[in-house]
Amino acid sequence: MTASMPGRPLWEERLRGGAHWSGVARRGVTLRLTDMEGGANVAALFFNYEERLERYNMADTLKAQHTAYLTKGCVCYSDMGRVLCSVTDDTCGWHDTFCGVSNAAMVEAKYGKTRFQDQRNDVFKNGYESFLNELGKYGLGKRDIVANVNFFSKVVTDGSGDLHFVAHHSRAGNYVDLRFEMTTLVVLATCQHPLDPALEYRPRSVKVTATLGSPVAADDLCRNRCPENQRGFRNTEMLYA
Amino acid sequence: MREAVHMDESLEPTLIESRREPSSAVLNEVIPAGEPWVGTVCRGQTFRIVDLEGNQAVDTLFFNAGNSAERYSAVDTIRSQGRLYLTTGTQLLSNDGNVMLTITADTCGRHDTLGGACSAESNTVRYAIEKRYMHSCRDNFLLALARSGLALTKRDLPSNINFFMNVPVTPAGDLTFADGISAAGRYVEMRAEMDVIVLISNCPQLNNPCNAYNPTPVRVMVWED
Repeated sequence: MTASMPGRPLWEERLRGGAHWSGVARRGVTLRLTDMEGGANVAALFFNYEERLERYNMADTLKAQHTAYLTKGCVCYSDMGRVLCSVTDDTCGWHDTFCGVSNAAMVEAKYGKTRFQDQRNDVFKNGYESFLNELGKYGLGKRDIVANVNFFSKVVTDGSGDLHFVAHHSRAGNYVDLRFEMTTLVVLATCQHPLDPALEYRPRSVKVTATLGSPVAADDLCRNRCPENQRGFRNTEMLYA
Repeated sequence: MREAVHMDESLEPTLIESRREPSSAVLNEVIPAGEPWVGTVCRGQTFRIVDLEGNQAVDTLFFNAGNSAERYSAVDTIRSQGRLYLTTGTQLLSNDGNVMLTITADTCGRHDTLGGACSAESNTVRYAIEKRYMHSCRDNFLLALARSGLALTKRDLPSNINFFMNVPVTPAGDLTFADGISAAGRYVEMRAEMDVIVLISNCPQLNNPCNAYNPTPVRVMVWED
């Protein structure tokens, strides 16, 4: 699947289920997240690497594009009217934006109590503390945990606003490509989705593949999805002018 | 968490009225159109917001008064109740998973917590680059925090509640800013389960038809029980 990625290959890393990870994706880099087993969930937060007060903003992302979920053609907005990254390809079709992450109490209640002393590195992980682990490395913490994206997970709502988790949404081999329009601190956690009804603790592994692509073309799908995105790209280009 | 999507449920929210009389309120203030407000509501007290003229978005955040790192969390609130919209019975949860307030009465029926606050920067994206100068909720929040002396900054502004705002999501995942379902005199009332700082921006947005392009005043009231 890496072969089909546009651009120059940079690196690849496999994250086991329940892992947390952070790194910097420079402007122009595309990260492909691949669901290796089916049923993965990748909770993600994004920060402007040069000014970490600027961060992914769920509300601005949804409002600008009149969507409640992310898929190919969508972008992730920062709270400063700029585009952190664009979803340039997506074989999964729907990525959740409003359910947040699991926390320690939820994971213990759902899957049972584990201790490092007994389980070693198979100890059960939760999304919230996974974020804290990564954010702490950059001087960030609780105040910086905002509504995150849950890649590969689908939660729909009915007319009353009730949530319905769609099981078996992502299949093995599904991928989503994120082209970074800003140099971004990327924080990932491969814990199960907080609404995953499965009673078994079984977070799935993903592969992260980085490539370096060409500058965004004038006829780019994400830039031209709506006039809002054209203005978002314009704002972003001002930062790097 | 059923998998099937049922569309046969009534779209009409249940409206619950309050027995409280304005004469017994210990706080009764009007927030003029477009202005911020900061206040404290103590555990056990009841807090009411009245939409005085109808369809006014009231952008609201709550912080634990004793530990401001604990604050309202839209995603925890949505996930915990398994429903997007807020109304009577909704427990407003913090990022630590604690109940901050419980909505006890609501004559509007549906409040938004996905739409967030407007800002100068998001206005350039949503409306036009030339709208940057216009007053916004984030500017209100930032000024209110600066004036209050609270040790809170832009970093402490997560996704907020928009009381009286109607932001429906369709089963296909489309998000729209629909015409308001509120009206003059509608109110929402909530009981504080911990001492909370209330941060409000009475939304000054002039570009969104959801308030008929006309920001209007709201009233805030507090009762001892």
